Amino acid sequence: MSKNREVSTNHVPEIDTQPIQLLEKLCNASAVSGDEHEVRQIVLEEVSPLGDEVKVDALGNVLVKRLGQRKNRVRVMLAAHMDEIGLMIVKKHDNSLFEFDLVGGIDERQLPGKSVLVGRDHLPGVIGAKPIHMTTTKERKNKIPVSSMRIDLGPEIGDRVKPGDRATFATRFEILGPSICAKALDNRFGVAILIELLRHPPDTIDLLLAFTVQEEVGLRGARVAAYTFDPDMAVAVDSTPAYDLPHWDEEDENVQYNTRLDGGPAIYTMDRATIADRRLVYWLAETAQDEGIPWQLRQPGGGGTDAGAIHKVRSGIPSISVSVPSRYAHTAAGIARLDDWANTQRLLQAALARLTPDLLSGEQRG
Amino acid sequence: MKSLIKKLVETPGPSGFEYQIRDVIREAIGNTADEIRVDALGSLIAKRGTRSESGMRVMISAHIDEIGLMVTHIDDNGFARFTNIGGINPLTCYGGRVLFMDGTRGVIGMDGIERGKTPKLTDLFIDVGATSKEDCPLKVSDVCGFERPFLDLGKRLVAKSMDDRIAAAIAIEVLRKLESTPHEVHFVFSTQEEVGLRGATTAAFGVDPDVGFAVDVTLSGDTPRRSTKMMTALGDGPAIKVRDSSFIADPRLVDWMVKTAQGAGIPYQLEVLEAGGTDGRAIQMTRSGVPAGCVSIACRYIHSPSEMVDFDDVDNAVKLLVKILSEPIKLD
Repeated sequence: MSKNREVSTNHVPEIDTQPIQLLEKLCNASAVSGDEHEVRQIVLEEVSPLGDEVKVDALGNVLVKRLGQRKNRVRVMLAAHMDEIGLMIVKKHDNSLFEFDLVGGIDERQLPGKSVLVGRDHLPGVIGAKPIHMTTTKERKNKIPVSSMRIDLGPEIGDRVKPGDRATFATRFEILGPSICAKALDNRFGVAILIELLRHPPDTIDLLLAFTVQEEVGLRGARVAAYTFDPDMAVAVDSTPAYDLPHWDEEDENVQYNTRLDGGPAIYTMDRATIADRRLVYWLAETAQDEGIPWQLRQPGGGGTDAGAIHKVRSGIPSISVSVPSRYAHTAAGIARLDDWANTQRLLQAALARLTPDLLSGEQRG
Repeated sequence: MKSLIKKLVETPGPSGFEYQIRDVIREAIGNTADEIRVDALGSLIAKRGTRSESGMRVMISAHIDEIGLMVTHIDDNGFARFTNIGGINPLTCYGGRVLFMDGTRGVIGMDGIERGKTPKLTDLFIDVGATSKEDCPLKVSDVCGFERPFLDLGKRLVAKSMDDRIAAAIAIEVLRKLESTPHEVHFVFSTQEEVGLRGATTAAFGVDPDVGFAVDVTLSGDTPRRSTKMMTALGDGPAIKVRDSSFIADPRLVDWMVKTAQGAGIPYQLEVLEAGGTDGRAIQMTRSGVPAGCVSIACRYIHSPSEMVDFDDVDNAVKLLVKILSEPIKLD
C-alpha cells in the first residue's frame, strides 16, 4: 500500500455535533443480532417525528416511508442493519462463570481478556484468560477455543444473567483527532447516515428506509423488509473493513486491502452475495466525481451486505452497497475516519437528489 | 445449429455481465417468440403461445452466464490480481487466456509456487502486456471470461462455456421447432446462475409458472478411470434429472419426461448428481412452490476452458423438449 492519502491537519471534519452524539449513543448501545431492541428504540425516537409512515415489522425491522413531491418518483430503499456481532450466554457454571456462543462472524482469537457488557442492563463482565504466569510456552502457541472461555461476572451480578442474554464488547465511543474509535461501527454508521438522510430528505424520490435486524447472521431482516417495500431499487449502507496496513514483514505490495481509510465512501461492484447493478455503480461514481467527493471501489471479493438479500426479492431489485471503511471490523474496537463518514453522507445525499427514473430505464450494459 | 452454438459459446458473459450474450440471444430468437422482455436482474424472457384449457404456464430456464474473473487490484508493475466469479478451479487457470468485456486480452500467470503444488487464486495474476500500472488498460472491477475458440470434433463439441450456452442453444432451437403448444411457455435465459441461481430466482417469481424445467449440463461418469460417481455418459441421450444437491426433481415430472421420451423413441438417461445445482431449485422454491424438473446434457471437464458435450444428446434434448411442450403435461 503506502499510497494512503495524508490526513490533512488543518481540515475540520464536516460533521456537526448532533450526528456525532447520535453515533456515540448508537455505538454504545447493545444490539446483538436478534435483540436489536436498544438501537431500535433510539431509531424510533429519531425517525418518528420525521417519517410519513413509521412501523416495526414482524422481525423487528424499522420501516420508514418519506414520500417526495415530484411526479414519476423512483421508490428507493435504503437499508442499514441495526444489529452487531456479539456473544450469547449459553450456560451458567459455579461462581457465576458463563459459557457463551458467538453471534455472527467473530475471530475467537481476539476474545480472551476483553471486557464485555451482558444483557439489557449492560452488566459488566470479563472474558477471562489464564495469566501468563501460569501458561506454558506450548499453551501460548495454541488458540483457545470458545468452549474453553468463560465470561466472569462475579456472584451477585451473575445472578441477574440467564441463558439467551447477549453480550457486547464494553468499548466506549471515543473521538481520536480525525478518527472515531468504537465498537459496532459496523453498522451504526449506516444507521446514523439513514437518520441524517431523513432529516434532509430529497424531494425527488420516495425514501424507503429499512433499519434492519439480523444482518450478521444471514441478511434475514433485509429480505422481508424488501418484500414489504417492493422498491424500484435499493442501496445498502454499511461499514466494510479497511485492511490498509503496510506489509512490514514482506517485500510484496499489499494487494488485498479491501478498502483504505481516507479513501472516501467504498462503492461495491461485487461481493459473495451480490453483483452490484452497474447502472448504480456509475450513478454513485459519477456523482462523487461531479461533486468532488473522494470515493473508492471496494475490492471485489468476499463478504456480503443486506443488498445480497434485497436484490433477489420478488421479481428482482437493482441493488448496490456503499460502505464507510473501518479498520478492525468485528473486533472489540474499530477505527474509522470522520471524513469518510461525512463523505459517505454527502455522496448519498447528492446521488439521491439527482436520481431520476432514467437511471433504470435502459438495460444494464456493464 | 452448430453455427448458433459457436456464436453462443464464443461470446463472453460472466455472471452479472450478460449484456453481450443477451443481445446475441435476442437476435437468434428473432420473431420465434410472441413477446420478449428483460427483468430487473437482466434475464431475457421470451414468451410463446397462449394457455389452452389443457395447458399450463411453463417456464424453461437456461442460464446464459458463465464463470469468469474480476480484477481486484493493479499492482505497481501492471499485473492485475483477480477474484473468481462462480466456481473457478485454479488448476485450469494457469496459462489460460482471458477476454475482457471491452475486448482487452491477457494471459494468466503464476509465481511463488513450488513445483507440483496446487496454486490458490491469490497466487495467480493476469498479464495484459502492460509495463507498469500507468499503461495497464485495466481497472479494479473489470471483468473477463476465458477465451478459447469453439472446437467441432464432429459428434463431440468442445467450448469454454458449454455450461450453459449449450442449453441456451437448445432452448432457442426448441423455440424455432415448436409448431404449436397448448401451453403459455416462458423461455427464460437466466443470469447469475453460477453465483447462486439468482437470475432464475427473480425470473421464476415474475413468471409465476405452473411447472418449470431447467436445462443445464451435468457431470459425466465416462472418463478413463470412471472416478466420477455418475451413470451419465456422453451420447446416451439427454439426462432426466432425479436429484442434485440443490433440489429433488418433482417425481411426477420425472415420470412424465421418461414416458414422453419412451413414447417418442428418444434415447434418455437418468441422472443423480451428488453435488451441484441448477435453476430447477429456484423454480421449485418460488412463491408457494412449483413442480420442477431438469433436462441435463452430460458434459466432460465442466468449469474448465474445454467443456465437451455430445451433439446427438443436444439434438435429442431438443426433440424431447419439443415433444413435452407440444402436448398437455399430466402430473399424477
